[in-house]
Amino acid sequence: MSILGTRVLRTEDPRFLTTGGVYTEDVVDERLAGACHLFFVRSPVAHARITGIDVSAALEAPGVVAVFTGDDLADLPVRKGFPMVSQEMAQHPLAIGTVRYVGEAVAVVVTEDPYQGEDATELVSVDYEPLPAVVGFPAALAGDVLLFEGAGTNVAAEFGNREAQEADLFDGCDAVVTQVVVNQRVAPAPMESRSMAAAWGEDGRLTAWIPNQGAQGTRGSLARQLGVSADLVRIITPDVGGAFGAKFGADPEQAVVAWVARELGRPARWSETRFENLIGMTHGRAQENTVTIGGKRDGTVLAYRLEILQDSGAYPRIGAVLPSLTILMAPGPYAFPRAEAWATAVVTNTTPVGAYRGAGRPEATAVLERAIDLFAAEIGMDPAEVRRKNLLPPFTEPHRTKFGALYDSGDYVTALDTALAAAGYDELRRDQAERRSRGDVLQLGIGLASYVEITGGGDESGPPNENATVEVHPDGTATILTGTSPHGQGHETAWAMLASDELGIPMDKITLKWGDTDLIPQGGGTGGSRSLQQGGAAVQQASKELIEVARERAAAELEASPADLVFDVGRSAFAVAGDPEAAVPLASLAVEERLLVRTVFSAPGATYPFGTHVAVAEVDTETGKAFLRRVVTVDDAGVVLNPLLAEGQRHGGIAQGAAQAFLEEMVYDTDGNPLTASFADYPFLSATEVPSFELADMATPTTYNPLGAKGIGEAGTIGATPAVQNAVIDAVAHLGVRHIDMPTSPQRVWTAVQAAAAPDDGDPGSSRSESA
Amino acid sequence: MQVNLTVNGKPRADDVEPRLLLVHYLREHLGLRAANIGCDTTSCGACTVLLDGQSVKSCTVLTAQAAGQEVITAEGLGDGDQLSAVQAAFRQEHGLQCGFCTPGMVMAATALLAENPHPTETQVREGLEGNFCRCTGYHNIVRAVLAASAAGKGEADQ
Repeated sequence: MSILGTRVLRTEDPRFLTTGGVYTEDVVDERLAGACHLFFVRSPVAHARITGIDVSAALEAPGVVAVFTGDDLADLPVRKGFPMVSQEMAQHPLAIGTVRYVGEAVAVVVTEDPYQGEDATELVSVDYEPLPAVVGFPAALAGDVLLFEGAGTNVAAEFGNREAQEADLFDGCDAVVTQVVVNQRVAPAPMESRSMAAAWGEDGRLTAWIPNQGAQGTRGSLARQLGVSADLVRIITPDVGGAFGAKFGADPEQAVVAWVARELGRPARWSETRFENLIGMTHGRAQENTVTIGGKRDGTVLAYRLEILQDSGAYPRIGAVLPSLTILMAPGPYAFPRAEAWATAVVTNTTPVGAYRGAGRPEATAVLERAIDLFAAEIGMDPAEVRRKNLLPPFTEPHRTKFGALYDSGDYVTALDTALAAAGYDELRRDQAERRSRGDVLQLGIGLASYVEITGGGDESGPPNENATVEVHPDGTATILTGTSPHGQGHETAWAMLASDELGIPMDKITLKWGDTDLIPQGGGTGGSRSLQQGGAAVQQASKELIEVARERAAAELEASPADLVFDVGRSAFAVAGDPEAAVPLASLAVEERLLVRTVFSAPGATYPFGTHVAVAEVDTETGKAFLRRVVTVDDAGVVLNPLLAEGQRHGGIAQGAAQAFLEEMVYDTDGNPLTASFADYPFLSATEVPSFELADMATPTTYNPLGAKGIGEAGTIGATPAVQNAVIDAVAHLGVRHIDMPTSPQRVWTAVQAAAAPDDGDPGSSRSESA
Repeated sequence: MQVNLTVNGKPRADDVEPRLLLVHYLREHLGLRAANIGCDTTSCGACTVLLDGQSVKSCTVLTAQAAGQEVITAEGLGDGDQLSAVQAAFRQEHGLQCGFCTPGMVMAATALLAENPHPTETQVREGLEGNFCRCTGYHNIVRAVLAASAAGKGEADQ
């Protein structure tokens, strides 16, 4: 019987549980013997001219090998953004002339041991001439202060066609609601911060150990920043302690590590502190969305408009282009007859914004699902009913949206109804009504979010694809090389399941390798929930092709026609049909000649998983404190290879989504000072703040890969964020509250309740509406 | 300064800087790198070890403070290749993903169960509040601790 679809325990677990994973900081390698350690001097001000840097005292400190500033690295290329982003908004690996956010690296101190670096860094004296800080959208758009004079604007990029907006978009609507919805800035905060180890060989090649999500992309990124050919860079990926989108490519600090190692002619290591991580690693989300939704009193939505503002931080990284994904997914799973969306990305004096679990799609769902609830409240209809009324009907042939997305398959109404049934929706509403009629202090809120998202998309270079190599060895073991890059997802287990299922080789005899660019020169890495549907599919395809290669060899050995041979997976051997005694073990066919296949799996396009989340919250109306009591989800990602792993992905995503909804926020003051730059200040979710989650199953296969699988990695943040936010707002909706921005902190909830109770004084938190 | 202590059953005597943190001593001097450093404010618990049976965050303990005491790390928890009951439960319930918080989480859970062999779910969550995990949403970690508790109960009943 096939092991596919079963709860296979992870083969990687024992080492993580005992000796621990080997993360970059743990790497022991002779090439790194005698490594020096780097510690960065970071800007304490958000926007300033650097008028002088005095490193003399630091140079005298114990153990200091060298101190470098931006001018020393002036031979390195500046880092520019994507082609659609203003090319004037470029970053030096160490700041030259101007600093643009708190945490920007200004100098680097190199010491014999890390403790010495921490001491000596404080001795570097930098003179700053402060400039006004650009913080928030109004200041950025006003453009009175520019981050980059040469750009002439703080606008980094624009998407969609604002000029083409239709004046009569909302004609025929009985009710129209407009709301500004903030999708606050959060910190990805993987448990393992950024680090690196670097050594240049006598052959002039760099070997770099970097925690990353795709070694091949990291190689290209690092090579570009160093101005060298990618052939001269070898990336080795140790275990990676979480990434969540923030470990794609190579960061400027990592270019500095490589440069210092080359300059000093000795290996170099760097590991950042958590403080540095919270201001130095890219942040996520950071959008402000103005949404307008209109429709008929029977619940039918007729029109939807989304105006997106994206804070890119000081230097446009991937965050500056994520609004394109937000636009792509703007209408979500709904059949809105009319919809339009556009976006403006700006630079501000804050940490650059990058990808964070979902990357552009959670933002689309968050504002959309708020809008649906606002419309439901406006017309006085149950939000579940409004959703049911507007969801696209089930489809098996691809559905093209107005924004160009091609949904592969979907059954959104069933997902909604399954989630409602699993949650006991009607009973929850009864409980809520009773509490409301009693005027309980602890009120109940029920929040919904229906979503569709895009996973495993391709890029300009072509349709989505991934490569895999499978080799069977004479001793009966097998090796898989993959272009994906696990950092918690369990590819060692999942890819071995796929190969074992084809080859009949036990899982414990199969080794997975990834993340070494000399061994695996091509690969797309792990992100965008692409790995199983492309990387896993490639492993299965390579295994099948290997069987066909082996079949020819077995036929020669048995002097039989290949067509007459059957491969017996149970015995991992070929036999002649009708004569099971005449068998050739698969492994024996690798003795005289290596038995391996490298293949590339290509998908026709991205897949579109979908689902519905139901969150239940209790809110103390006197203190504003929200307690998350239940999260019930249906996440349909097609056929599930290993339910244990898929559920783990859902759990983690739900928790991160919930955390954004009611807890986490990266806060800056008006001068651009980060106020949440440690785990003592940043409200990282702990075990006491979430319940156990309730997962309901639904699996609508995709035809885009033989596994029938769509991506599952980001469903949790996409669905749970608005579901939890909606639940908190729903708990106080009867008091007149229409909207509370995330995170729905006690202060925000309390303030909203007080404002709703007070006579109308133009409360900025309330939505504008007009009813005909 | 001279420090004598026991780590995973082995007596150790080392000359260390007075300011050397226990986690750096374990990682850099002894090569025991299961305990990880996840923050600089004693918030995340990735560095949790047992000190005379109590769970401590080894980033906030000086090596000198551990003198004369017994340190147990994840490396010393099981018996050879045999996982401890808590470690085995973490695997059984998929209580780990990227693994970075895992050694600390396992040590915290071990101490929690030693103190309260039969905790409720709420007690497990409260007991692990000082240990952060970004991957699992805590769901399967809680299940693992409850499963280890149930397994322990079975042993005690026999």
